[in-house]
Amino acid sequence: MTSRLTTSPVEQYREHLSRGELGYQADENGRAVFFPRVTAPKGFSGALTWKASAGLGTVYATTFISPKGESAYNVALVDMDEGFRLMSRVEGVAPDKVRIGMRVKARIHPAEGDEGPYPVFDLVEAA
Amino acid sequence: MSAGLTRGAAAIVGVAESDLGEVAAGMSVIDLMAQGVAGALEDCGLSLSDVDGVFAAAGQSRMPTVALCEYLGVKPRYHDSTMQGGSSFMTHVAHAQAAIEAGLCEVAVIAYGSTQRSAGRKNVAPREYNPYETPFRPVMPASAYALAASRHFHQFGTTREQLAEIAVAARRWALMNPKAWEKSPLTASEVLGSRMVSHPLTVRDCCLVTDGGGALVMTSAARAKTLRKPPAYVLGTGESISHLTISNMADLTVTAARESGAQAYAMAGLKPKDIDVVQVYDAFTITTLLFLEDLGFCPKGEGGSFVMDGAIAPGGKLPVNTNGGGLSYCHPGMYGLFVLMEAVRQVRGECGERQVPGCETAIAHGNGGVLSAQSTVILGAASTL
Repeated sequence: MTSRLTTSPVEQYREHLSRGELGYQADENGRAVFFPRVTAPKGFSGALTWKASAGLGTVYATTFISPKGESAYNVALVDMDEGFRLMSRVEGVAPDKVRIGMRVKARIHPAEGDEGPYPVFDLVEAA
Repeated sequence: MSAGLTRGAAAIVGVAESDLGEVAAGMSVIDLMAQGVAGALEDCGLSLSDVDGVFAAAGQSRMPTVALCEYLGVKPRYHDSTMQGGSSFMTHVAHAQAAIEAGLCEVAVIAYGSTQRSAGRKNVAPREYNPYETPFRPVMPASAYALAASRHFHQFGTTREQLAEIAVAARRWALMNPKAWEKSPLTASEVLGSRMVSHPLTVRDCCLVTDGGGALVMTSAARAKTLRKPPAYVLGTGESISHLTISNMADLTVTAARESGAQAYAMAGLKPKDIDVVQVYDAFTITTLLFLEDLGFCPKGEGGSFVMDGAIAPGGKLPVNTNGGGLSYCHPGMYGLFVLMEAVRQVRGECGERQVPGCETAIAHGNGGVLSAQSTVILGAASTL
């Protein structure tokens, strides 16, 4: 019998975002899990613990949407260096110029109105 | 799913659409299911008093079998509301066969209805809020398929022009189907020049938004032989689920149709080259392409070149989606039932102008969610038993 959880996985995720971090979970071998869960999925071992991502990733897939009368925006799937994938958008570059394979770095978009904070990505400048 | 089921032990014996396109004001999804059931029973010469199994799924009904039983006054021995989106009905076929083989029922109806067009899509299909996707405002489901297309373009050099060929082929078939929603020809340049929904998919790469429903009747092989029309025997079935949300699909270029198809082929004892007509759920042009690859009609990555030069259009080397598909015939939201209906009609040889000559085998592949829940059925005429 486990004790009742005091915060849900999504609330813990949001707490990380509020601190300016992209949080994710890892199993006892350090394998990343995302989206956050109360228990590890099949193939993972031990309890899940929270970690903060270094924020670096690579664009895995990309699309853009141009709603009538609004500016176009990007929607991308980003593979993080820690081994998990998430949906987000790449900013600071035209939505139609985002390319698979681009290196990107997370930044936390602040809460606005009803929407809480969420991670977005900027291009990693070529060294 | 196929392990344990017997090739050819059950058959689809009746099929019918309900009203399609834009139905009369106030029609409910259960009205459409009931129209389908009445038509499908008439098609095979059975009546409601024969029905002892009821299967149904609908986006607009929480308890569709219960609602349908109330409406029809039927008390089935067996019922099943399995809901996995557009492939629900292929899974219903497998589950109905299991129930029939186990003696849990003998005559099963499988029904669907949707009024998404007349009721307004926003009213009937509210999307669940997902804290890991919704903030990014993907246009779902189109953006999920657009992301898959972006990967296919990147890895294999597939082009928008190749996807457009799929929409053009579907339209050419639809022009031979009197029940199809779309009635006028479509060119590749019109597809490419249409409004972009989520790059690289334009509105012509996307399925229609219509009302519609229908039903199938299934029974044992023994009973099927006594009925009005040639049975379409269930030779093979397969099911596989890989994810729910597109963020959690491991490889956006490879779907679980590989597994569901492999199971169905194994049970049927058939290979892709043995299939006479291919019906796949074409929610988007990229969907057709992925399923042609994953069901083994061309190697992975070659779907784009495979569909060129009218290869899947009337007169091409492989007849695909001969009713015009979700792209041009009808798409009420969970299109899988119509995929099965066309496969049955082709195996029966009753498709008129669009009939594939000498059609003895058909594959009917369903897709649920965003490439999430895959389910395959292979049907055959009596000659294949």
